[in-house]
Amino acid sequence: MYDFEYVKPGSVADAVAALQSEEATAMSGGQSLLPTMKARLAQHETVVDLTGCLQDSIRVERDGDIFIGGGTRHAAVARDSVVPGWLADVAAHIGDPAVRNRGTIGGSLANNDPAACYPAVVLATGATITTNTRSIAADDYFQGMFTTALEEGEIITEVMFPTGVSEPGRVFNANYQKFVQPASRFALVGVCVAQTNEGVRVAVTGASEDGVFRWTDAEAALSANFSADAVPPAPPADGMLGDIHGTPEYRAHIIHVMTKRAVIAMG
Amino acid sequence: MPKDTGIGASVTRTEDVRFTTGKGRYTDDFKCLGLHYAYFVRSPHAHATVTGIDKSAAEASEGVVAVYDGHQLTGDGVGNLICGWGITSKDGTPMKMGAWSALATNTVRYVGDAVVVVIADTLENAKDAAGKVEVSYSELPVVTDVAGAIAPGAPQIHPEAEGNQIYDWEIGDQAATDAALAGAARVVEMEITNNRLAPVAMEPRAAMAQYDAGTDHLTLHTTSQNPHVARLVLSAFYQIAPEHKLRVIAPDVGGGFGSKIYIYPEEIVCLWAARKAGVPVKWTADRSEAFLTDAHGRDHVSTAKMGFDADNKIVGFKVDTKANLGAYMSLFSSSVPTYLYATLLSGQYVIPNIHCNVQTYYTNTAPVDAYRGAGRPEACYLIERMMEKAAGELGVSPAELRRTNFIQQFPYQTPVIMAYDTGDFNATMDAAETAADVAGFAARRAASEAEGKKRGIGYSCYIEACGIAPSAAVGSLGAGVGLWESAEVRVNPVGSIEILTGSHSHGQGHETTFAQIVSDRFDLPLDQIKIVHGDTDTVQFGMGTYGSRSGAVGMSAIVKALDKVEAKVKKIAAHVLEASEDDLVIEGGAVKVQGTDKQMLWHEVGLSAYTAHNLPEGMEPGLKEGAFYDPTNFTFPAGTYICEVEVDPDTGVVNIESFVAADDFGQVINPLIVGGQVHGGIAQGVGQAMLENIVYDEDGQLQSGTFMDYTMPRADDLPSFQVSTHETFCPGNPLGIKGCGEAGAIGSPPALVNAVIDAIGKDIQMPVSPENVWKAINA
Repeated sequence: MYDFEYVKPGSVADAVAALQSEEATAMSGGQSLLPTMKARLAQHETVVDLTGCLQDSIRVERDGDIFIGGGTRHAAVARDSVVPGWLADVAAHIGDPAVRNRGTIGGSLANNDPAACYPAVVLATGATITTNTRSIAADDYFQGMFTTALEEGEIITEVMFPTGVSEPGRVFNANYQKFVQPASRFALVGVCVAQTNEGVRVAVTGASEDGVFRWTDAEAALSANFSADAVPPAPPADGMLGDIHGTPEYRAHIIHVMTKRAVIAMG
Repeated sequence: MPKDTGIGASVTRTEDVRFTTGKGRYTDDFKCLGLHYAYFVRSPHAHATVTGIDKSAAEASEGVVAVYDGHQLTGDGVGNLICGWGITSKDGTPMKMGAWSALATNTVRYVGDAVVVVIADTLENAKDAAGKVEVSYSELPVVTDVAGAIAPGAPQIHPEAEGNQIYDWEIGDQAATDAALAGAARVVEMEITNNRLAPVAMEPRAAMAQYDAGTDHLTLHTTSQNPHVARLVLSAFYQIAPEHKLRVIAPDVGGGFGSKIYIYPEEIVCLWAARKAGVPVKWTADRSEAFLTDAHGRDHVSTAKMGFDADNKIVGFKVDTKANLGAYMSLFSSSVPTYLYATLLSGQYVIPNIHCNVQTYYTNTAPVDAYRGAGRPEACYLIERMMEKAAGELGVSPAELRRTNFIQQFPYQTPVIMAYDTGDFNATMDAAETAADVAGFAARRAASEAEGKKRGIGYSCYIEACGIAPSAAVGSLGAGVGLWESAEVRVNPVGSIEILTGSHSHGQGHETTFAQIVSDRFDLPLDQIKIVHGDTDTVQFGMGTYGSRSGAVGMSAIVKALDKVEAKVKKIAAHVLEASEDDLVIEGGAVKVQGTDKQMLWHEVGLSAYTAHNLPEGMEPGLKEGAFYDPTNFTFPAGTYICEVEVDPDTGVVNIESFVAADDFGQVINPLIVGGQVHGGIAQGVGQAMLENIVYDEDGQLQSGTFMDYTMPRADDLPSFQVSTHETFCPGNPLGIKGCGEAGAIGSPPALVNAVIDAIGKDIQMPVSPENVWKAINA
């Protein structure tokens, strides 16, 4: 690890100010950042710890929407009784205990690792990402591997899952199926299927060179007929990731299998 | 019934108290005044010419005391690394050993090859300075596998080895084997690969070197399985210091699996640099360095033909193996694919004719050497995959084909050197089949099929050679060292006992097991017995621990020394008690005259020996005896493993439903520790068969160089193992021990792979990863 300055601002405004320097980086749970720093793969003059200014809390507001503070750790999401089971299950299976006890939903979404779990769930459920400056729809937020709509100095303060009864796109059920890469236990392929008032949404993580994406063919088929048999054949392998754990063809096939399993799991 | 702490007792490991409470002392825990830190600049290229090294910025960097390169190292007369087992090719020429300097001089041959070392006051300063060393390279073409190494026009990796071939060796009678196959009723053929593995000890390699200018003496703390061998090699071949000027200490060591047998460049460089720079130097590998530079294991490609007569009896077995030994010949690398491999190709079977041709090659990858099992897993995998394939082609059950061919008369001389002393292969297969409920398999398979899953069962009947080995025998086969073991038993004046052993414990539990044989012999509590190992200044000499030899060889040396101590104890007691030695028994902490109430307490015997006030005429004072034990033969642990799997055909995921091990290890000293060895071995075997895989890309970059990509087995990958032992005592050593350290890793891969093949009905190579299985199903 290279030497660095550590600051822990007490307010979002102070954090934004601290992040003005080009050599500064934001850290939430640090579960992705710190390993790269320890391996000297990243060098930052200043690490701005956001855990002093972001909420680590979950609340239900309006008529059933779930609001999760940007600094909320996965372990808290996994065990909070107000969180729907499909979302708690996702959080309960992210990483290992250390990752779940330090890593946060805001950090995961800001990093947008192409094999992370939360992006698929946020995208499939049409969640809204709120920052210090604006609210961003999930469909506008994810812009490719490790790339998001966040601008310099923009910090995720809250994530809203539209589970309230008056939401036009209300999510009334969802399921995330993770097929793990055996070594890292990240998603080799992760598929989240969500049933909403506006139809079925299907989002896929781990598989694409473009990061998390919506599988629109499956959405159309499942919106018409929500059954495992309706899941279309595997999407084209072209554009899928390939590595020593899975070729593009295999990943494409697993998208098909995991989508079916999500549908079956949703009964 | 075993005594509570004697032979056969499941004593919990006394050393685990310190290991599980953070009180162990590993090499990196040691510090000394003025300690400095080494950091290595390593080649980022798999094959390149070094065209220039600019050290000036690094030398000016904060805290740096020295920046050294390979020319300085060789200029100071430090010798090249050597391979200590000479193999002769079938044309009579010696193996072609390429030069390996501890710091590369003009050529780098794999990613991770050490080029420059930086010595600084802190590790961070050493790393910062290492980043400022500018090495210029001119890249050369790269080969990473045997196919590449033998291809026409392949780059030449060492000038000494034309065509990259190290040796072309054979064993057995080729003409007789060819004739047997020609006359066979049926010949079964297969191509088979044995995948490359990283050893992944929990504790990475480390070295701390201190030079005392006042006495011109070096001390090395290091992660070694055999500190005396390290001292010998460092002295005799690398000209670091003569043996009496070099002390090697291998303190607590966190796992080795073979990878810490060898002398690596880093400890050579630390010793040389400590003297040259005049500061103590420590180096500890990080995990990335471990993946890049620890000697890898396995990496064979083979073709095999097995012939059967009309009664399904094997008539001949012909094997052609090509092994990848990496960029340099590591210390015992040459012996692994030859005498530790092809001599086991008879398996548990009567095979009248065997021939094996082994060709080894250099590639631009990390050196390959012994890894848990070392050659024997490769042999076992080949034979046991072959038996299963042959059973399918012959239309008999795999179990029946094995029983038809089992060796049943002992001793049994194979056509490939080994003479098996004892065994009962039907007994271990019976035990395994009962434990695995083979009779109920059909119903379980039907239940799986009803749920859309594929279920399979696989056998593996392994035999291996341990206790390595009779010194004269291995000497005649090319070994550069003898393979005996030594022990010294010191009974102190107050009666406590220290056992100085040349074996080295790095997870095996010697401090408990070895103490049990002393406790058993003298009926003393374990807390009166201390096992001392791992320090060349303390222990007389030793060949170290590998090849499951510490029980069969190391403990045999202790038994010999105990015999001498017992004889002297009885002489003293007989003299003092005015009794006949024949009437004495040692029990309950005393030497007693049977049938009387006369006795000497154990500590009184010790005190008598050291006060020497009343010893038999002519007896020397003291109570300390040493022994060297040279085995008369290898030992032959054997057994049957049965694995049952369920495969998800949609994803290719293999779930291990059950894993049964029935082993014959000879006499078992501590069943708890033996069971643990089998558990760990099976976990590593399952790792090889299903999860672990070292992968280089075509440029020689390691693709599986972190735990994010190299899949170590985890608890949820494994079932609850069912293990049992069924002894036939080894006649070749005093305790009847065969050895248990490697069996799990040797026997398990074919059982798992055979089970997967049984489930999916298709051939497959290791690892049986989800995608590989899915592809095989859909091939």
